[in-house]
Amino acid sequence: MAALVAGAIFGAGLALSGMADPQRVRAFLDIFGAWDPTLAFVMGGALVPMALAWTVQRRLARPVFADGFALPATRGIDAPLVVGAMLFGIGWGLSGLCPGPAIAGLALAPAQAGIAVVAMIAGMALHRLTRR
Amino acid sequence: MMAAFPHAMPVEGLLGGLLIGISAAIMLLGNGRIAGVSGLGARALGIADAGAPRAMAAAFIIGLPLGAALAALLLGGVMTRYPAAMWQVVVGGVVVGYGTRLGSGCTSGHGVCGMARLSPRSIAATLIFMGSGIATVALMRAGGLL
Repeated sequence: MAALVAGAIFGAGLALSGMADPQRVRAFLDIFGAWDPTLAFVMGGALVPMALAWTVQRRLARPVFADGFALPATRGIDAPLVVGAMLFGIGWGLSGLCPGPAIAGLALAPAQAGIAVVAMIAGMALHRLTRR
Repeated sequence: MMAAFPHAMPVEGLLGGLLIGISAAIMLLGNGRIAGVSGLGARALGIADAGAPRAMAAAFIIGLPLGAALAALLLGGVMTRYPAAMWQVVVGGVVVGYGTRLGSGCTSGHGVCGMARLSPRSIAATLIFMGSGIATVALMRAGGLL
């Protein structure tokens, strides 16, 4: 239930901030063209509550609705991280879409977002089939 | 404000960003999990073997379009300008799907959650995907693909 509410707040935030608009996202990456800095404000706005949440997390024995924290270990920077992030950025620039806005977009532009989501699922499935 | 950037939405951006950060804080402090959309999406679909309980992942993912629909209702519409060339959405989408799994995260998991945690991996990932995104769009602009 908390996850559903969190997802809805996230989706509302994407819609309000203009991040459900692929052209606006791509304009943030277009520093040699008509640069649109909106995404930087979104990131800044999101980092403040999340940084506070991390300081609270360090003082909590367990989360409010679950038995324990299940957080990624902060391992070193390895090749899959570097190559994966590089590929993600290429696809992000090409389409103006990352996973959150694509999924939230299912309610806003179902036909186009649907194509994006199916393509992302195909890419994820391809990774699963080829990396084991 | 922002006369140099006539299309920028600094206020909506900050407010929407705050909502995204609050959502990620609920996932962390409530469920003990990272609000990473690519990871939760893969988990909800069974593409990832490890991670959040599937019901929790699915609830978060279902919430995304519900929240967007609610915002569109309250705001009287939300702009969604997709690239006219749909091959860019298809190819970009596949590469995003593959890359986010290989790189263990996307804009939400690395860019918001991990950066706020000052995780070296997430800071590196965010710098790399922003850099390759900027390079990609620059090439597209040079090639007349924008």
